[in-house]
Amino acid sequence: MNKLYIFLKYFFIVVWTVFVVAPFLWALTTSFKDFQSVNGGVTYIPWVDFEPNLEGWKVLVKSPAKGGVDIIEPYFNSMFVTCTASLISIILGTLSAYALSRYTFKAGFVKNNDITFFFISQRIMPPIVLSIPFFLFLSSINLLDSLTGLIVVYIVLLMPIAVWIMVDFFNKVPREIDETALIDGCNPYQAFLKVVLPNSIPGLIVAGMFCIIFGWIDFFFAFILTFTEVQLLPVKIVALNSSVTPWWSLSASALVSVAPLIIVAFIVERYLSKGNLSGAIK
Amino acid sequence: MNFKHKYFFLFPGLFVLIGILIFPIIFVVRLSLSGWNSYNPGLDYIGLENYIRLFTDDPRFWESFFRLSFLSVTTVILQYVIGFALAHMVWKDIKFKRFFRVLFLVPMMTTPVIMTVIWRTFFHESLGPVNDMLSVFGVAPKWLTDPVIAKFTVIIVEVWQWTPFMFLLLLAGLLSLPKEPFLAAAIDGASPVRKFIYVTFPLMAPISIGAIIIRLIEASKIMDTVYVLTSGGPGTSTETSSFYIFIKGLREFQMGYAASMSFTYLIIMIISLTIIAKVLTKVLLKE
Repeated sequence: MNKLYIFLKYFFIVVWTVFVVAPFLWALTTSFKDFQSVNGGVTYIPWVDFEPNLEGWKVLVKSPAKGGVDIIEPYFNSMFVTCTASLISIILGTLSAYALSRYTFKAGFVKNNDITFFFISQRIMPPIVLSIPFFLFLSSINLLDSLTGLIVVYIVLLMPIAVWIMVDFFNKVPREIDETALIDGCNPYQAFLKVVLPNSIPGLIVAGMFCIIFGWIDFFFAFILTFTEVQLLPVKIVALNSSVTPWWSLSASALVSVAPLIIVAFIVERYLSKGNLSGAIK
Repeated sequence: MNFKHKYFFLFPGLFVLIGILIFPIIFVVRLSLSGWNSYNPGLDYIGLENYIRLFTDDPRFWESFFRLSFLSVTTVILQYVIGFALAHMVWKDIKFKRFFRVLFLVPMMTTPVIMTVIWRTFFHESLGPVNDMLSVFGVAPKWLTDPVIAKFTVIIVEVWQWTPFMFLLLLAGLLSLPKEPFLAAAIDGASPVRKFIYVTFPLMAPISIGAIIIRLIEASKIMDTVYVLTSGGPGTSTETSSFYIFIKGLREFQMGYAASMSFTYLIIMIISLTIIAKVLTKVLLKE
């Protein structure tokens, strides 16, 4: 019984690992192929099935005029938009979350929980519902196809995540530490900056990671709200996909695009055991 | 604590969010009452005409909605079962625990549309590795062009992409469980199966409900994967609500009609998610 359980456990883990790794391995091998080894039948193992070459990777650094795919500018655009929007969302979200965790609000029937729910419920909003008004709204103030316009939209996507994680985190930071700071003569802002924030760094990191993930992987808004002036990475790659880009350079650019966030997986795993997420969804 | 400081903390975030959102939401409602299209762009007033057309004369919208329900419920159930199994496996000590934990998180860190580009080559009917390996058995499923199989291709890709998120939430939940009930179960000599049914699962129920609801919300937005993988095709066999609204609104520029669809869709989503949350709470917490 026990042996069977352990066998099944490892079997399942191995199967899932293969499933997780398969598309990455496929893309990695494909990125070294040439025309013959892609179109002349399926090949797997470099040097045995086909002769690897670096053509797919070379086009990444070539200029578009010479047949390169030019993902460098979209890369930096994506990073800039994601980081700026995440930063603004974290700052505003943390302040609001602190207020919701420490003070009581009451306006008619609206209480703290309702305000928190209002923040989080913005995730329910299907992007398509917002896309049409955003499209017309941004075009009326000339922010369509600009980085600023995208940052504004991404704040709506990311702030709910920041509030969601930080409210719960502040609830776990004991109230006594702010009270002690207040008795020692800090005003509420000093107490927040000097005492509460330094004690909330794990929460801030988790919230930050989540904002970066959900900002970086968004395709839909970038796709609808930008055209030619500004391109974000996912939109660029999809554009490559629908043009005649060969598989090898497509695979190489896709791999380069998904690589940076894999570091985030390590950071999230580190903070996982501290239980920062579990309370948030109860 | 002092009274007015609290507003300085709360209001910047709240007002930015309301400020960005209030216009679009009011505008969607107003737009849905207009006949805005590419010939006649403008906010005229045509009453409930769009809604009447939607409810009486547009089976394609309702088909796409049921397809979406099928896709999101199936993927979330699969993600929950697999995610829970994986979380349970790497919860206690196994070899290379941290390696597997990181590895199982990786897919959710990758951009869905970019991975879908790779999946497209992966499932390619003549040049992809899947059909090449299946050719040993003499079958060659049309992963992207058969109306039935294409749905399952979408499900496979979604499960690959988002099971890690379920896994993350459930593992965080497992790691935060109190130790005493497990000690008690160990003293009573409960078998692993009974321990799971009577201790682990009930303790995880509140977290499970939260995780399932969060994933349902996110899954109901499926659109970019479909767009890249099959473009809603073959025919309309993988078209979801969002994608149909997108075609009507931003491809055919029937803005007014698309707005009425998206408003209806939003209301249906809110109602059905509330019902699902209530039912899940009743079923899982009662036992």
